[in-house]
Amino acid sequence: MANNSKSIAILGAGKLGVTLAQLALTAGYTVYISGSGTPEKIRLSMKVLAPGAIVTSSENAVRHTNLVILAMPLGKYKTIPKDILAGKLVIDSMNYWWEVDGEREDLRNLETSTSETVQSYFSSSRVVKALSHMGYHHLSDGAATKGSSERKAIAIAGDNLADSKNIAIIVDDLGFDPLIIGDLATGKQLQPGYIAFGANVDRETLKSYFL
Amino acid sequence: MSVKETGSVRKIIFGLDSFGDIPVDESGELMTHAGAIRQVVEEAILADKLGVDVIALGEHHRYDFSISSPETVLAGIATKTKNIKLASGVTVLSSDDPVRVFERFATLDALSNGRAQIILGRGSFTESFPLFGYNMEDYEILFEEKVQLMAEVLKEKPVTWTGATRAPLAGTEIYPRTESGRIHTSIGVGGSPQSVIRAAKYGFPLMLAVIGGSPERFVPYIELYKQAGEQFGTETNEIGIHSPGFIADTDEEAVKIAWPAHKINFDRIGSTRGWPPIKREHFDEEVAKYSLYIGSPETVAQKMAKTIRTLGVNRFDLVYGGGPMPAKARLRMIELYATKVIPRIRELLDDNGE
Repeated sequence: MANNSKSIAILGAGKLGVTLAQLALTAGYTVYISGSGTPEKIRLSMKVLAPGAIVTSSENAVRHTNLVILAMPLGKYKTIPKDILAGKLVIDSMNYWWEVDGEREDLRNLETSTSETVQSYFSSSRVVKALSHMGYHHLSDGAATKGSSERKAIAIAGDNLADSKNIAIIVDDLGFDPLIIGDLATGKQLQPGYIAFGANVDRETLKSYFL
Repeated sequence: MSVKETGSVRKIIFGLDSFGDIPVDESGELMTHAGAIRQVVEEAILADKLGVDVIALGEHHRYDFSISSPETVLAGIATKTKNIKLASGVTVLSSDDPVRVFERFATLDALSNGRAQIILGRGSFTESFPLFGYNMEDYEILFEEKVQLMAEVLKEKPVTWTGATRAPLAGTEIYPRTESGRIHTSIGVGGSPQSVIRAAKYGFPLMLAVIGGSPERFVPYIELYKQAGEQFGTETNEIGIHSPGFIADTDEEAVKIAWPAHKINFDRIGSTRGWPPIKREHFDEEVAKYSLYIGSPETVAQKMAKTIRTLGVNRFDLVYGGGPMPAKARLRMIELYATKVIPRIRELLDDNGE
């Protein structure tokens, strides 16, 4: 499972970003992580909470890898200059959380999934929705080795099947059974208010939610 | 790190936490908000009589919780109790004014002969923001600035302060002064690294709200708190945990009472946040493995002792009575907590309470 050639940039160093960094480090990835402020601001937290993660600016983090996870509050996605993610494979793990993001008409649009909104901003990147529906403490507690009966599943939604399959490998590396459910529009099923939101279940059960 | 390994066996502080959930009366009817508040006062009096160290009351501004003004309820408790410490849990500082918070708790401190405590929080529920006219976009700066001002006000000396979120103070004295010169004040955090560092920066004791998942996850957060304290040169000795639970005479009875109340509570909150209804298997998993301390006195004592040992904390506030639970069952829980669970944990930890 561990593979030293794999690397990932995580933009966001809050509860979710830290959890994903921990999982990726355990899986043998080289992890670059950035927060909303200066790297200095999160250096101590990362040293203690995710030892081994390389703390840097977002611009620098994404320079080292083609794989990027957006793990900041969804309301702040436009704080990342879209050019720096051009050509990258981007995992959107964010949700519209009105308590953090405030009332945002653009994000609670009932017609479009939030990942489609993110994709249309990062128009030169390939956005895949994943690692978004499971709470960060379930992600932290639930990662398990491949084949374990305890394994929980993570749903993946993307417009390009090859990209979704690549993300499936990463989900698997992090300790979860991947389940590709469809395109980015289908990813709406993973948002707050829909049945798969918060799902911390095995693959069969997760699959049944989409039947 | 276990309590024993820290070198000195310190007295663990045991608390009870409530948000003033609305209980059901003997006929199965939901009590009124006013009745629910009086119920909490009765419970606090019982807890005091039986020797529980602290009662912490949290602030909410929604139908399912009766307490929006914890310190007013605590003031009611103050004059009817002797020893129990009276804490908020939490005071949503972001949408409050540090000067007023101090004034209210200093008044509570007077009424209770020095038993007032404050636990400050950013609030994971943010209904107080629109209610009091604050913008969610200011979530970070509001808390940052107000914690800074609160730290100044708590020194009980003339305050000079300037910021963006409130009128400046220039050598202003704030009254009443407390007799001890200091109100015990902690910061409650839910796992945001920056909040942990902030608590250490100002030397506030840390209260970890662990409302789901394994408590072991918080071991690195405690390490972060201590390392940040070293960096800032502040004290980081006091670390507590706040988690939900329920105790009845047997495991079966505890689950039978707690599950339906928990489900109603969880699903009602979930419906505003977009979580689907909770399933029994998830509740059972949380009870068996994670952060719901539900069961007989022995089951809960074992589980709490394990968490206290794993995290090396010196305070455990058990949140009781979540959801519409029979008032009688809540009183029984407090009795079992005080007379069976706490002594048993002390025994398990070899903590003689001195």
